[in-house]
Amino acid sequence: MPVTVEVPTEKWAGKVIEVKLGATKEEGGSRAGTVTVGGETTLPFLTFEGGIPNQPVVAAEVWDVEPADWSPVLLEAWGNAVKDPVVWAQQAAALGAKLIALKLRSTDPDGQNASPAEAAATVKRVLAAVDLPLLVYGPGQAEKDNDVLVAVAEASAGERLALGLCEQSNYRTIVAACLGNGHVAIGRAPIDVNMQKQLNILMSDMGLPLDRILMDPTTGGLGYGIEYTYSVMERLRFGALQGDRMTQLPLINTVGEEAWRQKEAKAAEGVPEAWGDLAKRGLSWEMLTATSMLEAGSDIVVLRHPNSIGIINGVIAKLMGR
Amino acid sequence: MGLSGLEIYKQLPKTNCKECGMPTCLAFAMKLAAKQAELSACPYVSDAAKQALDAASAPPIRLVTVGVGDQKLEVGNETVMFRHDKTFYHAPGIFARVKDNQADAAAAAKTIADYKVERVGLQMAAAGVAVENASGDAATFAAAVQDVAQACDGALILLSKDPAAMAAALPAVADRKPLIYAADAENWQAMVELAKKHSCPLAVREAGSLSALASLAEQVTKAGVADIVLDPGARSAAANLAAFTQLRRLALRKNLRLVGYPLIGFPGEAAASAEEETAFAGQQVMKYGGFIVLDHFDPASIYALLTLRLNIYTDPQKPIQVKPEIYAFGEVDQNSPVLVTTNFSITYFSVAGEVEASGVPTYLIVSDAEGLSVLTAWAAGKFDAEKIAKTVKACGIADKVSHRYIVLPGYVSTLSGEVEEELPGWKALVGPREAVDISPYLRRTWPTIVGKR
Ligand code: B12
Ligand code: SF4
Repeated sequence: MPVTVEVPTEKWAGKVIEVKLGATKEEGGSRAGTVTVGGETTLPFLTFEGGIPNQPVVAAEVWDVEPADWSPVLLEAWGNAVKDPVVWAQQAAALGAKLIALKLRSTDPDGQNASPAEAAATVKRVLAAVDLPLLVYGPGQAEKDNDVLVAVAEASAGERLALGLCEQSNYRTIVAACLGNGHVAIGRAPIDVNMQKQLNILMSDMGLPLDRILMDPTTGGLGYGIEYTYSVMERLRFGALQGDRMTQLPLINTVGEEAWRQKEAKAAEGVPEAWGDLAKRGLSWEMLTATSMLEAGSDIVVLRHPNSIGIINGVIAKLMGR
Repeated sequence: MGLSGLEIYKQLPKTNCKECGMPTCLAFAMKLAAKQAELSACPYVSDAAKQALDAASAPPIRLVTVGVGDQKLEVGNETVMFRHDKTFYHAPGIFARVKDNQADAAAAAKTIADYKVERVGLQMAAAGVAVENASGDAATFAAAVQDVAQACDGALILLSKDPAAMAAALPAVADRKPLIYAADAENWQAMVELAKKHSCPLAVREAGSLSALASLAEQVTKAGVADIVLDPGARSAAANLAAFTQLRRLALRKNLRLVGYPLIGFPGEAAASAEEETAFAGQQVMKYGGFIVLDHFDPASIYALLTLRLNIYTDPQKPIQVKPEIYAFGEVDQNSPVLVTTNFSITYFSVAGEVEASGVPTYLIVSDAEGLSVLTAWAAGKFDAEKIAKTVKACGIADKVSHRYIVLPGYVSTLSGEVEEELPGWKALVGPREAVDISPYLRRTWPTIVGKR
């Protein structure tokens, strides 16, 4: 006697907010098209019971200086491209990145200490060279981040860049710069649901609409704390679907930065044979970090290896059933 | 899914005869509900009550064992959909597929079986080998299975739709308790007989629908096989995620025992490349896979996959920790460098591995930071100057070395001044940020610093 099983589905009341990145000419920018993330009414890739109007996207990380401390695997894979952010961004776009995540590392006060004006000019050059929306990161040092990102925000007003990072101790200046110049802000809290919500509240209290904020929950690399990020993201997305407004922002993960920082992605010698070939291992490290974050709800994964871009695009397409 | 004390009480004789050692049947029922007693302690429960209670207390997803001895793999007994709800218990077994008509089947199996890698002090390995009857020939299959079994001491999965091939291969390896894959709508009766005859677990494959899968599983159970593994037959990554999620929900949330079994997946069958296979295997590690059969076996991706598995199956409530104490590497003496770190396992093993690799005899002081990493502990106030000073004083390192240098993790360079204040006479050196750079630091930088003393 055949059994009849009803497919168990879950209907959610909440929906992830849609955030649009980039602006076309008509919209006051210069992008060929825009990229919208968010909008989910279901858990990651469970399209049988809810909608995912915008699939997650890959952003390629590009620096404005040659990264001295990157894994040799990455430097070799990109070749001369790392010497010029314009060439680098163009190649990343050709490889299928949907966004460029430009890190203005030249402005690091402990490094080249380039001026905010120079950095703003670099952003303009990259904007001129590729027609994808841009995410722009400062050097990661609070004061300089503020100076640099304000200059960038003003010089590229109307382009609807995503600017980061806003942290609890340093968000006001960047949020104000986004507000005044039509950009989106990226807020990062340290792997904690309540702190992320708190930050979202602080940022939106300044008048920045929620559809102009992305959440960066802080990414732990594979083998280096990934499980904490994974679970915090699952809980954030849960909250979003249950209707908790302050968890409903799209999620962004700096996957490449975390994965390629680890020994597994750097060391060729003096490691056990069981670790396998370095180049493949590093790539696996980044890919699995990315897949985990996507499975936990990531809307944007920022990647470093040129080959990861295509591979993760393929993985996303297949997870979306395409 | 446990029953309450009262629900259990209803099934007991209610005579309060005390033979179970408890004053009343109700007290006994309460103990049972708290899992502090065994039903067998009451001699008077009726068979009907026993059955009802057994069924109700059985885990919603059956624990299935494949393989024997040290090499056995236990999968199932999961209780939650999300690891943050409690934890995941039985990590999926990773298998690699070899074909019976592949010339080097035994050698390939040996490579898989021999693969071992250590991480945070834990041994990680693949579970074993899945042998496929690709030739379609029974004798070839039987011979290959035997070769593989000899070369590989891990768990085995036998892949064939043909009961005759399965019957030919099983006798030689039945004592290894392989998973028989698979019973389907056509062959299930014959496969059930083989599973019963050789007491082996049986996979049930039905791609039609969940109803069809549950129906087939019910027939197999009724025919007398209890250890079942399910394959909903979905192969694309999207369909597989949907099916695995639905089956897990049915078992846990709807208490549907017909599908309360571990799941098997073949991520390579939907992948366009070895990389995609790794990604989809990762998906199955996170989302409810019990047996994951790979078509590529490359250490560089297996290591990453096993690491992901370790991470996902770590109990979210307790970080893996090491004992806070002094660890000595190599032939330490009074001139050996002294490093300090926290007792989070990942942190400790990252540092210890590099110290060992440097070949420089070294003391490593592990401070009790409640299992947190360096920066997390620092941010949480569990690895500050005071704490470090206390640990240094208490561990007796001052009697072991004649110098007074202590190396801090580079990420907490800001602590050096305070540490020196808290530890009069000591100099706090700032080490590299990442553990990878410890070896050159110990070999080259440290001697120059100490030399300049
Ligand atoms: C996972 C994680 C957590 C987990 C904890 C995991 C754990 N068991 O420690 C959770 C989610 C619980 C957590 C909580 C918090 N976290 Co946290 N967390 C992380 C994360 C993602 C990874 C940390 C990790 O595991 N690293 C891997 C280990 C191996 O690294 P490590 O210990 O530093 O060791 C390396 C080096 O330091 C070096 N090393 C280690 N020892 C030694 C010794 C010597 C001598 C040398 C030379 C080198 C060396 O070798 C290792 C390998 O290179 C980081 C961000 C990131 N991506 O790194 C944030 C991070 C550390 N967390 C942070 C914060 C603020 C917190 C909280 C305070 C937030 C809050 N208020 O709730 C809490 C504090 C915890 C609490 N209240 O109990 C901040 C710290 C900010 C700062 N710069 O000080 C970080 C940097 C995130 C951020 N960018 O804001 N966190
Ligand atoms: S032995 Fe059985 S019948 Fe007697 S008191 Fe205990 S539970 Fe009740």
